[in-house]
Parts: sequence; structure tokens; C-alpha cells
Amino acid sequence: MKMNRRQMMAATAGAAAFVATGFRISPARATPEATQEAIDAFTGGAKPETGRITLDAPEIAENGNTVPISVSVESDMTEESYVEEVSLFAEGNPEAHVATFKFSPMSGSADATTRIRLASSQNVIAVAKMNDGSVFMDTKEVKVTIGGCGG
Amino acid sequence: MFNRREFLTATVALSALAGSGLAGNWSRAAAQQRLTEDDLLGFENFGNVTLMHITDIHAQTKPLYFREPSINIGVGEVQGLPPHVTGKDFLKLYGIEAGTPEAYAMTYVDFAALAESYGRMGGLDRIATIIKRVRAERGDNMLLLDGGDTWQGSYTAEKTKAADMVELMNALQPDAMTGHWEFTLGTERVQEIIDGLPFPFLGSNIFDAEWDEPAFEAYRMFEKGGVQIAVIGQAFPYTPIANPRWMFPEWSFGIREEEIAANVDAARAEGAQLVVLLSHNGFDVDRKLASRVEGIDVILTGHTHDALPEPVIVGKTLVVASGCAGKFLSRLDLDVAGGEVRDYRYRLIPVFSDVITPNADMAALVDKVRAPYEEELARELGTTDSLLYRRGNFNGTFDDLFCQALISERDAEISLSPGFRWGNSLLPGQSITVEDLHSACAMSYPSAYRQPMSGQMLKDILEDVADNLFNPDPYYQQGGDMVRVGGMGYTIDVTAPMGSRISDMTHLASGDPIEPEREYAVAGWASVNEGTEGPPIWEVVESYLSRNPDVAISENETVIVRP
Repeated sequence: MKMNRRQMMAATAGAAAFVATGFRISPARATPEATQEAIDAFTGGAKPETGRITLDAPEIAENGNTVPISVSVESDMTEESYVEEVSLFAEGNPEAHVATFKFSPMSGSADATTRIRLASSQNVIAVAKMNDGSVFMDTKEVKVTIGGCGG
Repeated sequence: MFNRREFLTATVALSALAGSGLAGNWSRAAAQQRLTEDDLLGFENFGNVTLMHITDIHAQTKPLYFREPSINIGVGEVQGLPPHVTGKDFLKLYGIEAGTPEAYAMTYVDFAALAESYGRMGGLDRIATIIKRVRAERGDNMLLLDGGDTWQGSYTAEKTKAADMVELMNALQPDAMTGHWEFTLGTERVQEIIDGLPFPFLGSNIFDAEWDEPAFEAYRMFEKGGVQIAVIGQAFPYTPIANPRWMFPEWSFGIREEEIAANVDAARAEGAQLVVLLSHNGFDVDRKLASRVEGIDVILTGHTHDALPEPVIVGKTLVVASGCAGKFLSRLDLDVAGGEVRDYRYRLIPVFSDVITPNADMAALVDKVRAPYEEELARELGTTDSLLYRRGNFNGTFDDLFCQALISERDAEISLSPGFRWGNSLLPGQSITVEDLHSACAMSYPSAYRQPMSGQMLKDILEDVADNLFNPDPYYQQGGDMVRVGGMGYTIDVTAPMGSRISDMTHLASGDPIEPEREYAVAGWASVNEGTEGPPIWEVVESYLSRNPDVAISENETVIVRP
């Protein structure tokens, strides 16, 4: 399932390449099963609940190479109750696991913002792991389009 | 069979806030050939605040013909709901008789014949007359709001980089505007114009692309008729996707629903008793937004060019759609008390250019900005025997002319033309002038490219655009129409999921199916990619017309729509 950097670059150039050569190059995709496996590995098998975590992403990406993603988790962030980790997954990327943010009570709040690359239209999933072992999840569909015909 | 009231009750959940309906009864007057300015504009003042809304003028300064769509399909929850009702169904829904001025203004039924009777519509000098009259009636208790797509769409706007439209609109004295095509002038020019505007350019959803911070003023407070009014601006959310992002890389857009909600709350906290969203979202996006964001009293919607004779009511929000090309102007009188709208009166005013007296000052100003170009604007390129129009979900006849010209002039097998919703109509027998041609293609990225594309890529493009139009979730729609194709036919099932709507793609010249692996020579225009090469589309069409000056185009039958 791993893809090396050269293959990634080939996938990036795919659109231009297949115009020129007539061959279609599709990037390897993580399967839903592989994504689930990656999530399970992160949660240790705990079943994620909904709520408390909010994933913010554009409905349609302006640029699939750099899609702004924000995640925030409701938590007191005290020694008794805090968010330990938040992981992001992209179902349709070559590697489903995108990033993990680690928090502690010293963090004050559990918010993170980053930009990720999305190979195609797909679900982006954020999973939060709390210090009591409970797990929360939010999903958002992000479209990556060819664009150019609106108006 | 349902009557109009029952239909609206059943489908858009009319709240207690029931309104007026079609305020004017001017069809009878017109039938008796005595339609007057008073029939169109007579309006008993109501409540304490008047909102005037105009949107998607697309730089049209003079009266014109504009045929409304025959096909405007709604999918999912909005199937069969306004604005996805056309022609005779539209007439039935709103209780309009065929052949009346309303029928001519709001539907395509008998368009060419009725156009001969009722004439051209629009014209900024007529619009000035209407605004002046309402200002006289309402004094200071009025806001004039421009929903954007104002600075692009004509030869003169393109030549002057919108200086003509800025001067003309300033003379109308709007209170605020938002935008979409404005941004295709490029960051620098947009900023330069905005810096000189005597009114705010609002955009709650326009952010600095690098820092993700608000880049524009989100809302402005006004006091009118003793009412504190907040006007929140919402630019077209998908401007950097539907148009070339490289022209305005500093700005990021998006629907940013939570931003609107935060601005509604902030405005209410600041004392707003009336909250208005001046929006370029498109109708379905705004209808969904109204159901999800509380506290918006009125959405003045634009972008999708719909003209509806009544507001659609979603919860407590009135959604007003005011058409395009200067063909209509909306007047909404509101009785605001205790921080909410108690009642309203609405009229979609059709700008019949033969009925409404031009305002002399504005007429002179329009002539002044056009003067340097008048000779070129009037230059005739050909004559059409057919009704030429663009608006509709699939190929219009004006687009078919473009597609023919691209195939012929660029020596291509297949042509693509974007599904824009602007572009005037021409009646059978009318000459095609430079002005007419540019009303359908004036823009800042007009290069007509020619490139090989595989059959698979053509399929991908059609699927991609179809999903932008027919995704059942309005938040994933971009609001244009389907890309127009020449030299190729296809079947589309609008209700199928992304990737499987398009079938039976056929290369028309040979009658063969389009092969995924084969390469086809494809010509098109308005690519969003930087560095696109080719002559401007207007040169391509003009060159074609110089050799084929008599245009005759029948309705396109190569796109088959299911179900």
C-alpha cells in the first residue's frame, strides 16, 4: 500500500501525462478496509462515538494539493479529563493516515489546523482519543473537481 | 391538481409570515394595450423599510432580450420546487396566463413571438427611473443592494476593465454589493475599484488564502426607518474553482456557513433588528442555508439567475430571486418590529423598456461611457434566422453556434463551451452585432484552446460538471449549467450518482461511440488553467461568421436527458 515519492510525483502529474500519452494513470488508493484498519490501529479497537469532535473542511476544495482542515474537540483539558490525540484520515489518499496531533492538559484546548493534500473527492475523517479511552469521530466529504464551468 | 397556494404550503412550509403574491394586476392592462409605468411601479408603501435588489446585471447597460430556461432540473429535495419549474408549469404554479407580459418576462413559452409584442427588457436608464421613484416614495427608508456579477459580461466592461459599470452603478447609489465575476478582473484591479467605491463591497466568506483570516468587510449596519439593519455579504463560494484561481490567488472563498452564523450573531448583538444576507450563493444553496442558519430575515439571492414572482419562505426567512441582465428589479417592503419581520409586500418588477421612461441623466451617462465604442458595438457580423439563446441546463442555440465555430475554425472533432448562465438572446431575423456576440463571451480569460483529449478525459469532464450541477446536496453545487458540447452527443441520467450519469457518448461525425483510449482533437474556451493558449473566442466566432453569415440553428437533439 506504501507509495514512494517518485510514484506520488507520477500521480500528481497524471492529468497532464495522460493527456499527452493517452494512458490514464490512477494513483493507488487506500481502500475503505485499509482506512478502517488504520482507524482501528489508532483507537485500539474502541468504537468511536459521534459528538464532541468537529471537523471543518471545505465542501469543494479550491486546490486539492493544499486543503485547509481544522479540527476541534470539546474538552475541559484538565488532568482528570483531556484529549490525548487526534488523528486525521483521508479515505481516498494513497496512505489513509494523514496526521496525528498530540495534546496534554497543558494544551489548554484541543484545536488543530493544517493543510492536507487530497488525491480525489473523498471522505476526510477525524478521530479523537480521550484520556479515559473513549473515542469520538467526525467525517466530512470533500470534493476535488476539475472545475471551470460555473457561472 | 394543486393550486399555487396549496403547492407552496406543501412544499416550502409557508410560515405564518404569509405574503402578498403577485402584487400587480397588470396583465389585464397589457391585454388592453394600456400597460403603463404606474401599472408596473405603483406600489402602496408598506411597513417601515424597503429593500431594492438587483443582481447579475453582467454589465448590460441597454435593453435586451433574455429568454428564460426551458430546462432547469432540480434534484433531490428540491425536485419540482421553484426555481426548478419552467414554462407552462411555471405559469400554472404562479397562476399566470399564457401570452401576458408576466409570461413573457418569466418563461420561455412563445418567447420569440411575445418578444415582438412586448419588446426588450432592462436598461440602466429604466432601472434608474424605478429606483428614483421608490426613493421618492420611501425617502430614506430604503436600501439598494447589488448582488454582484455586475462588472463583467459586455464588450465595454471588458475594454474598460469595468470602469464603465463602476461609473454607472455609482450613479444609482447602491448601499452595498458583493461579487463573483468581479474577481476575474484580478486582485489588483478589484482592490483598486473597491478602494474607490462610495459604498461597501461585502464578503463574509472571503478570506486571506494564506492566513485564513477575513479579507473583506463581512457586514455593514444601516439605520433606515428607525430600524437597525445588518447587511451581510456572501460572495460566490466557488469562485476559485469555477473561475481562474490564479487571477486572485490571495483570496479563498467557500460557503463558510459557520462564519455567516457568527456574523448574524454579531450583528444581532450590535442591535440589528433586521438581518439581510446579500448573497451570490445560488438559489438552492441559499435555500439550504436558510434552513440551517437561524436569524436571517431576508436572503437576496443571486448567481443562478432565477426570477421568481414571490419569495420562497424557509422557516422565517424570505428568499428573494431577482433574475439577471437588468431584466428585473425586486422591491420588498417590510414591517419590522420587535426584532422581526411581521409582514411584507413584494414585487418582482419586470423592466419593460417600452413602458418605463428612461431617466434622462442615466441615459446620457450610459451613452457617454459607450461613446468611444459605439461604432464597433454596432458592427454587424451576420444575421440569425433562428432564436439564439444560452440559458438552460443543456446546449442552447447560441452555444451551438459557438461549438460549430470552434470545430470549424480550430479544426477540431469535438468542442466544449462552458455552461454560463449569462448571454443575451437574439430573435429570428435579428442581425448579430459585436455587442451581441460579446454579451455571450466577454471575459478576461477568453483563449480558445485546441488540445488532444482521450475519450476517458471527455467522460471525466462531463461527469465532473454534471456533479457540480446535479449533486443532490446543494452545498456541493457550483450553479452553472452543463458544459455544452459540439461534435459529440451523450445521454445523461441526472439522478444517477457521480461517475455514472453520462452514457452513450457518440462521435457525431462518424456515428461511432467515443472510445476511452482514443484521442480526439478538442477545442474549447474559458479554461481556468493559467497559460492557456489560443485566440480569443470572439475572434473565433467572428471569423466563422464572416464565412457563414446566415445563421440557422435548430434545437439541439444530441443531448438526451433522463429520467
